[in-house]
Order: sequence, then structure tokens, then C-alpha cells
Amino acid sequence: MIEIKNLHKSYKMGSNSLHVLKGINFSVEEGELVAIMGSSGSGKSTLLNILGMLDGADSGEYNLDNVPIKDLNETKAAQYRNKFLGFVFQSFNLINYKNAMENVALPLYYQKVNRKERQEKSLKYLDQVGLKEWATHLPSELSGGQKQRVAIARAMAAEPKVLLADEPTGALDSKTSYEVMDLIQKINDEGNTILVVTHEPDIAEMCKRIVHLKDGVIVEDKKVEQVRAEQYV
Amino acid sequence: MFDIERWQEIFDTIRKNKLRTFLTGLSVASGIFILVILLGFGQGMQNGIEAEFKGDAATSIWVWPGRTTIEYKGLNPGRRIQLKNENFNTIQSYMGDGYEKGSVLYFPRGVKVVYNNDLLVYNVAGTNGDLQTIENEYLSEGRYINEADVRSNAKVAVISNKIRREVFADLDSPLGEYITISGAGFKIVGVFGEYGDDEGEEERIFIPISTAQLAFNGGDNLNNINYLLPDQGSLNETVANTDEFIKEIKTYLNEYHGVAPEDDRAIRVWNPIEEAKRYYGLTGNIKFFFWFVGVCTIIAGVVGVSNIMLIVVKERTREIGIRKALGAKPWGIVGMILQESIFVTAISGFSGLIFSMAILEVVGPNVEIDYVVNPSVNFTVAFTTVLVLVFAGAIAGFFPAWRAASIHTIEALRDE
Ligand SMILES: Nc1ncnc2c1ncn2[C@@H]1O[C@H](COP(=O)(O)OP(=O)(O)OP(=O)(O)O)[C@@H](O)[C@H]1O
Ligand SMILES: [Mg+2]
Repeated sequence: MIEIKNLHKSYKMGSNSLHVLKGINFSVEEGELVAIMGSSGSGKSTLLNILGMLDGADSGEYNLDNVPIKDLNETKAAQYRNKFLGFVFQSFNLINYKNAMENVALPLYYQKVNRKERQEKSLKYLDQVGLKEWATHLPSELSGGQKQRVAIARAMAAEPKVLLADEPTGALDSKTSYEVMDLIQKINDEGNTILVVTHEPDIAEMCKRIVHLKDGVIVEDKKVEQVRAEQYV
Repeated sequence: MFDIERWQEIFDTIRKNKLRTFLTGLSVASGIFILVILLGFGQGMQNGIEAEFKGDAATSIWVWPGRTTIEYKGLNPGRRIQLKNENFNTIQSYMGDGYEKGSVLYFPRGVKVVYNNDLLVYNVAGTNGDLQTIENEYLSEGRYINEADVRSNAKVAVISNKIRREVFADLDSPLGEYITISGAGFKIVGVFGEYGDDEGEEERIFIPISTAQLAFNGGDNLNNINYLLPDQGSLNETVANTDEFIKEIKTYLNEYHGVAPEDDRAIRVWNPIEEAKRYYGLTGNIKFFFWFVGVCTIIAGVVGVSNIMLIVVKERTREIGIRKALGAKPWGIVGMILQESIFVTAISGFSGLIFSMAILEVVGPNVEIDYVVNPSVNFTVAFTTVLVLVFAGAIAGFFPAWRAASIHTIEALRDE
């Protein structure tokens, strides 16, 4: 599903340049649930953003579902994101003037789904994350956990091939974190490929594979026995 | 443009951002409003000044005699000049093609006007039928002095509205009434009025020139010779033509009366068109001033709208990032933001336009300020202004929108 070879990325700051990713080689099969770990500043978000085509790499190869991702202009990138990818961010990134349902429906608008179908679908996904009754609430009226569940529903509504989550539980307490992880595990159970960036070892243990980043390279990549989040909820 | 889904998305955005939309709209609408009112009053002032000068027909000239000031051909200065019938007739014979209307005035001296044993204190003037056009008078009732009256020395009189009001208020109509002028009975055949504010000229009773000269020992004397010259289309050409005509008759009259060519005091000429030229220049300046103020208002409006658009788009950078992460294409986003801003500025611009034009329409005719008459505004100008503002808003919105849409999505998302 995802294949990267020798990926490099540096940030230019004035005359200096900060080499963040120093040759990443890595691949993910369909249906995997991968945790990306590493200390702060190790380049986890940078890697995930490049995988999500939110940012561009300096060099290296990247194939997504056997499509080479290279020299994308923003229009092409937008198309791929819409077709292949769903995002969950630490800071939720909901549109504050749209209610939960409208937020979930937004990627469908860009898939040219008509209004009625958008509504039905977004209600269905809100139901899956247990927030059907909150459909008409604005993000400001939701708790952090609820916001993140809306964001997950939004990411799922587009029915992406890969779900990318950058510290989805970073802003949540542990109980709410487990609820979110439970949701992510269930989505993975249905065969979706998911990458989760996290700091927390217990969250990483709930994935099926853990990748460790350090100083811009992968230092460890291991399969783990998945801990189900359900039991903590 | 005709994508219903997109319009729905835009209306959603507008509905949920009422304050932002309202403020944008308000600034555009008030800009247009101020501009239209300003332009309206500029026009109103021009109308007002024009109305002020409407008393006499603009292309008329007035000739009357004074005293000589320069010794010439053995004649002493200080000599009184007296215009004669012959002067008028000669000018008619030789320069009759140069003017459209020509008339004379003779004011009999020491006449007493009596009606119903009451002494009336109005001036009596002998004239012919052309005076009406030259003086720019209208008829309220009956008829004016005509050529037949002059030929037959008819004892008829035309009085002004003011006299009718002051003397004949009890009657339905003064027509057919007789007034006595120094013993001779004159039948009233018409009532005239003056355009403009020239009430002073409404003090007169007109009788045929021939009758005036015969009945009151006028001989062939005239006090005044007046002409209405053709309008040459443009003001400058008309002024040039008028000057030429004045030069010709002055040359003739100076020659006839033995006046030195350089003597300006003996034969006096007044032509309103010279003044007209001056006041048209003045109103031109006023108009320019209001245009200047108007253009500054537009510029201020453009700057204001542009600022608002900049801020609005800046504020939405993160939203743009989110939309892009969800699959929005850069051009789609730019298009949506522009469509929204054009929609809002156009709606509010035209509301401001309609509102201000309605106010001018309703209030305009009732304005009672000196030198301001019926302020109104050229619709095309106002309309164009709205388009300019809408366009400026679109341009101002375009660049930040394009920037926000074309940077890497992650940077737009990072924007706080
Ligand atoms: N836009 C940017 N410009 C300059 N430097 C950047 C930029 N984004 C990230 N960096 C730098 O790149 C390095 C890696 O950043 P990144 O966000 O990928 O770290 P991270 O592993 O996600 O850390 P955290 O766990 O704190 O989120 C950091 O040193 C950071 O300062
Ligand atoms: Mg990070």
C-alpha cells in the first residue's frame, strides 16, 4: 500500500538547513495498523505529512497504492488526498462554523457527492463514532474526545485507502484516548490501513506494528501483539 | 458559476458568518452610499447655479446708450447718446441674418397708470413681440404684443403675473379690463411671467412700441435695443459669434452717433453669455471638485474593501488548509472565496446604490438649500462605481486566496 525509499527532507531556515529525514525506507501493507514513535523533533509529523502529501519531500521515492507520488502540484495532490487519504490531527482541525455533520460531510462535497447523500453518509459515520445525537452541534460545543471522534468520522467518510493520524490522542486524557483507539482498532478491523503517530507507549501497544524514529532514521521496526482498547473503555 | 452545490456551500458559509458578511457588506454599501450622495449634491449645486442664471435667454444681448467720454470729430465728451428707430431698422436691414429675434424698449417718462381710480406704480414700456423670447417670458393668459399691434398703434397692454396678483386679484381674469395710462385707455390682452427669480422684471406693463412713442411724445427715440442670437452649439462658438455681432453693431452705432471707436461708455452692451461662460466655468469647477471627492471616496472604498478581503482571507487560511487536506483543489478554493466575496460586495454595493438613489429620488426634489436644486446622480456613473468596487474587492481577495491555496497544505494548516 505504502512504499518509500530513501526519503529525505530538510527545512531551510535562513541560511541554515535542518536535515530532518535522512533516508527513510519503509513499507506498509494493506490492513496494517502502524504506530510511529520517537522523541519530540525526531521527524514523525514530517514523515506523516509527506505520506499525506500535505508536504513535499526533497528526494526519494514514494508509491501509494502503486501510484508513484512525485512532483505533484497542489491540484493533483488534492485529488489524491481526496481519493486515497484520510487525516486525523492532534488539534482536530474541524471547521469551527460548521456543525459536526457538516464537518463530516465536507470531504464528500469535494468528492462531488450530492447534498442528500452527503447528509446520510455523514450521519452514518457519526453514528459509528457514537455521536449521532451531536450532529447539529458546533465543534465549540463538543469535548476534546468528541471533537476527535468527529474528526475520525470525517476522515472515514471519504472511505480512504489509508488513514493517517498525527497524535490523535495527544490532546485527550487516557480514558478518552482509549475510546479513540478503540474506534481506530475497529476501523482497522474492517481492513483499513492506518498509521498513527504517538508518544505514548500504551497507545503504540494497541497497534500491530511499531516503528521507531530517531534523528531522522528508522532505528527499530517491530510487529507487536495488539492490546485491545475495548477492555479499558 | 452555476454549480448549485457550490452556491449552497457559499450560502452556508455566509449564513454562518453573519457578522463578517455584514461588516464587509456594510462598508461596501456605505462607501457607495456616500459616493452617490456626494455626486448627487454636486449635480444639485450645478442645477442650482444654472437655475439662478436662467432669468434671461442665455444668448441675448442688450444695448443701451450712455454718455461719451472721449472727444471725437470735434464733438465734446459728456454728450448724451440717444438711440433711434433708424438704428434698429438699419441693423435689421444689414445684419438681419445675424440674429434670431430683435426688439426694442422705450420707457415713456412721467406717465401715470390708473385703474379704477387707483394710481398704479408700475413701469410702462413700449416694445414689440420679439421681446418675449429675448426676456424669456412665458404667457399665463391671453397673448403678447404682436406685429399687428405695432402696425396699428393699438392701445393694448400686457401685464405681469405680479400685477395681476396685486391689482386684479378680485377678478377671474384681467383680460378685457382697461387701464388708463396718462389719460389714454389701454385694454389688457395678456399676462406674462418671468422664469427664474427675476421678480423685479415683473413690475412692467408692456404696450406696443409705436403706441408708446406716439402717445407719450417719444418721437423715434429708443432706450434699449435687444437681440437674441442663434446658439452655435458649443458655448465657445456661441460666445465668439456673439462677440462678432456685438463688434459689428457697435461699429455701426459708434459711427452713426459720432462716438470714438475706443469709447466704451457711450454705447453699452451687456451679454449674459459672457457671464454664462463664467458660471459654467464655475459649475465645471464645482463638478470637478465633487468628482475629486467622489474619486477619493472610491479609492477609500477600494482600500477598505481590499483590506477587509485581505483580513477575511487571512483569517480563513487555516480553513483553506483543512479544505485542501480534505481534497479541495486550489482553484476550487480560490473560486469559492472569490464567488463569495463578489456576491457579498455586489449585493451590498447595489443595496447601497438603490438605497442612496431612492433617497435622492425622494428627498432630492424637496431640498431647500440655496444653490442646490434637485440633487440627482447619473445612474451609469453610480453603477460603474459599484462594479469598480466589486472588481477591486475581487482583486484584493484573489491574491491572498491564491497564496493560501497554493502554499503547501501543511503551512496553511499551521496558520494560527
Ligand atoms: N515548517 C518547519 N520549518 C522549520 N523547521 C521545522 C518545520 N516543521 C518542523 N520543523 C523541525 O523539524 C524537526 C522535526 O519536526 P516534527 O514536527 O516532524 O517532529 P515530531 O517528531 O513530530 O515532534 P513532536 O513529537 O514534538 O510532534 C523539528 O526539529 C522541527 O523543529
Ligand atoms: Mg509532531
